[in-house]
Amino acid sequence: VALAGRTAMWWARLRSPFSAAAPLCLASWLPAGPVVCRRPYSSRDKEKLDMSRYPVESIRNFSIIAHVDHGKSTLADRLLEITGTIAKTDRNKQVLDKLQVERERGITVKAQSASLFYNHEGVNYLLNLIDTPGHVDFSYEVSRSLSACQGVILVVDANEGIQAQTVANFYLAFEAQLAVIPVINKIDLKNADPERVEKQIEKLFDIPINECVRISAKQGTNVEKVLQKVIEKIPPPQCNTADPLKALVFDSTFDHYRGVIANIALFGGEIQKGHKIVSAHTKKRYEVSEVGILTPNEQPMHKLYAGQVGYLIAGMKEVTEAQIGDTLFLYKQPVEPLPGFKSAKPMVFAGMYPVDQTEYNNLKSALERLTLNDSSVTVHRDSSLALGAGWRLGFLGLLHMEVFNQRLEQEYNMSVILTAPTVPYKAILSSPKLIKEYGKAEITIINPAQFPDKLSVSEYLEPTVLGTIVTPHEYIGKIISLCQDRRAVQKDMLYIDEQRVMLKYLFPLNEIVVDFYDALKSLSSGYASFDYEDAGYQAADLIKMDVLLNGNPVEELATITHSDKAYATGKFLCERLKDAIPRQLFEIAIQAAIGKKIIARETLKAYRKNVVAKCYGGDITRRMKLLKRQAEGKKLMRKIGNVEVPRDAFIRVLKRQTDK
Amino acid sequence: LAPCPQWPYCRQRCSYCSFNTYVVPALDEAAVGACLVREARTLLRLSQVQSITSVFFGGGTPSLASPRTIAAVLEAVAGAVHLPTSAEVTLEANPTSASTSHLAGFRTAGVNRLSIGVQSLDDAELRLLGREHTAAEARGAVEAARGLFPGRTSLDLIFGLPGQNQGTWTRGLEAALELCDDHVSLYQLMLERGTALASQVWGGALPAPSQDLLADMYQAARAMLVAAGFRHYEVSNFARKGALSTHNLSYWRAEQYIGVGPGAHGRFVPRGEGSCSREARVQTLEPNAWMREVQSRGHGTRRRVVLSPLEQLEEVLALGLRTDEGITHKRWGHFSPNLSLEAVFGALGEAKDLQEQGWLVLDSSGLRCTWEGLALLDSLLPDLLCQLQRC
Repeated sequence: VALAGRTAMWWARLRSPFSAAAPLCLASWLPAGPVVCRRPYSSRDKEKLDMSRYPVESIRNFSIIAHVDHGKSTLADRLLEITGTIAKTDRNKQVLDKLQVERERGITVKAQSASLFYNHEGVNYLLNLIDTPGHVDFSYEVSRSLSACQGVILVVDANEGIQAQTVANFYLAFEAQLAVIPVINKIDLKNADPERVEKQIEKLFDIPINECVRISAKQGTNVEKVLQKVIEKIPPPQCNTADPLKALVFDSTFDHYRGVIANIALFGGEIQKGHKIVSAHTKKRYEVSEVGILTPNEQPMHKLYAGQVGYLIAGMKEVTEAQIGDTLFLYKQPVEPLPGFKSAKPMVFAGMYPVDQTEYNNLKSALERLTLNDSSVTVHRDSSLALGAGWRLGFLGLLHMEVFNQRLEQEYNMSVILTAPTVPYKAILSSPKLIKEYGKAEITIINPAQFPDKLSVSEYLEPTVLGTIVTPHEYIGKIISLCQDRRAVQKDMLYIDEQRVMLKYLFPLNEIVVDFYDALKSLSSGYASFDYEDAGYQAADLIKMDVLLNGNPVEELATITHSDKAYATGKFLCERLKDAIPRQLFEIAIQAAIGKKIIARETLKAYRKNVVAKCYGGDITRRMKLLKRQAEGKKLMRKIGNVEVPRDAFIRVLKRQTDK
Repeated sequence: LAPCPQWPYCRQRCSYCSFNTYVVPALDEAAVGACLVREARTLLRLSQVQSITSVFFGGGTPSLASPRTIAAVLEAVAGAVHLPTSAEVTLEANPTSASTSHLAGFRTAGVNRLSIGVQSLDDAELRLLGREHTAAEARGAVEAARGLFPGRTSLDLIFGLPGQNQGTWTRGLEAALELCDDHVSLYQLMLERGTALASQVWGGALPAPSQDLLADMYQAARAMLVAAGFRHYEVSNFARKGALSTHNLSYWRAEQYIGVGPGAHGRFVPRGEGSCSREARVQTLEPNAWMREVQSRGHGTRRRVVLSPLEQLEEVLALGLRTDEGITHKRWGHFSPNLSLEAVFGALGEAKDLQEQGWLVLDSSGLRCTWEGLALLDSLLPDLLCQLQRC
């Protein structure tokens, strides 16, 4: 009752300065125009908004969640346009995706946020759109974004229907007890079948058919209705400005000039420049130098109030100081910290080395700078006899690893040697000597080089995931045999409509890390979708396998594998390596070995003739060019013993095209 | 110095050939001949050499030209510089344009060595190669040539044809050995982009021989020719009784040569312009355009690039190692007076490794491939170039 009363009061206050007739309020004091192109850091000091005009009751904090390609970013673009946050032009594509890699791949890697101002039935609302990454590797970031929300827009493609990520994302929202607004997108497409999708949503998520909104984000159809639903269905945040400050850090970025920019959601109190704040996590004290909202670039404000979402700059020099999930409070006014999140758990580890050791320092600074904006990557210094000094990096998944590598190349012009990815295995040590050495009995192995021998281990453990597959039913047979081949155990199988089936399997993580998704896509003609979540560890019979070239180990290819898979994996690696290495002056034995035991072998025969037949006056210029190019190429080869291996050979070996 | 006039015309295009050749219905031979004469004069004057060591009429099919045209070019050469009677004057001939009387005409014109494009002594293989002659015609041509140019007739053979096996190749080579004079060139078929044969092989219509089969064919041929008394003096060339091709040796020894005619390449120092740098030169490819240029400015040089000392040494290396004599200390010293072969390749490095592996020899006579190394030269050269570039 009290809440309702306050709402009415705010209504009255908000109505007065604006005409209630216009349903859409393009507030003239808001910066219009394509602000995305510039970063107007502090240009608007004089015209700062009074954020106290947006009390808790008029605030809605929400995310858009969707399977990849179902139109999340397009809907976000439209919402930004409708609310006047950005100018409406044809160029607004993936406005919130700022990275080159995001635009190239059409994915969101780094979540962005935007505050939208919208007048509905005469009331001015502050709608905070907290974007979420759209790939399984980044589901950790999704749950992080959701922690600052009270509701979500669940976008489903009217043609493709519910997919694995739709399911996973729905459950993330459902478990966080968020309001869910189902939106069926792409109804303009020829094969759109919104009725079918509505039925799926009803069956799987128990949401009545009449609650679905049918839209075309591309054409703008019904997008306004989505905004209205956001206001009607999503509750305002439950908090109070009169309470002491309680701010959740749900993301952070790093700016070279201003240091850490922390994205915060206020669960109580207010915050402004000059406030002394403390991090619950580090207990460190800071003075706030700037607060503001994101539109989607930073807009400084005098103050932020409970329920609002924005950013804060407070002289934090390192991203680690703005621990994601941390709670900030006022100095000498401590509060009970918010539950926070488990820190991002790397699922895939790989060694990264400079191609040339003289590049070590450049690579080091590139890594430091890139990880400032991607704190989910873990970095440990590492070194190897063969590859020199480098690092062992932990990623959220293989796509994350590829994206990171691509960003290193695109944003820092660095090319590197990456070793075979491995998942974090565990070993329960039995050898007292080793236990003493490690200081504990259970160790995590993120580098095959550190795999302890069976004799000193009582049990090996491997990480598992619970995978969700959604597929048209005609592919079930193939998919089940693929899963069995990957040592997966079926947990559930459910028809979500007449044609579509949802399967749940418990997978060993290493079986899906490299290429499971590609294999699944290829055997289902692209129709099956996949998502997974962490499911703990299970005992496994693991062994370390080396790949040798003429007896010399190839460090990039050392792998930990399940003993059932050792022969097949060994044979496969040897065969692929044979195709990836050019013939040389001597025979090359390509072997897979477990300890001293050779389990697979391929032989690359020596060149017996390699000389061009005709070489007279005419051809020599072209010929010399070719020879010189080959000489240049030699300098880029990786030498293992005396075998010269092209640098991309290992990546080619690891990137499986088809599954046998 | 060795001028090499190019006759770019053919009666038909062979299925494997990607050279700069033209099949034209009617040809103003007098005009083409006049242009060859004029360009030869211009370039010889530019080179300011005193004497000629060899002349090589290549193509195309220079035996399609009349002896009169060949004579005119040789007269022009002799008129411009000293052309000793001992100079080797080779003409490439096709079996179909090598009647005894025609060949005799070439001899009268001053030609003293003939290189005959036999390619194969099997009619099916000749059809596959798109040759216009039969095996019998090839035999007739070689016999006629040997009569007119005894000890100075060479024949060309191709191996590695689609469908060819070790047996058919060695039998063909045996037949050729019975027919041949003292010089044989053996070429492994190269599939060149844009040729009819390559598209058939790459399209899957014809089989490609395996790398191992090609190596076996080459090694078997080497053994057979050596057993028959031939010296394997260059990757693809064999000679006995000292009948080595002087002209081709001058290429491999990185001596000066002048390309005359459409698309011809040359390497010489244009001292006539006051230069003392060796240049790589290419004449205009298309015959009509080339003729217009020669008529208007005396030559059709389309591209000239000054070769740096390093580039010259790279060529010396890549070409010289093709021969059994290799690169002598004297020749290397001519191009590299300050840095000896020992200084470049004697230290620890690629050359040393290749010597230890038995592919290369560096001794008092120079740097050369071993018998085994010669067949693998293209795998050795990138390493050697790397080592050279570091000096």
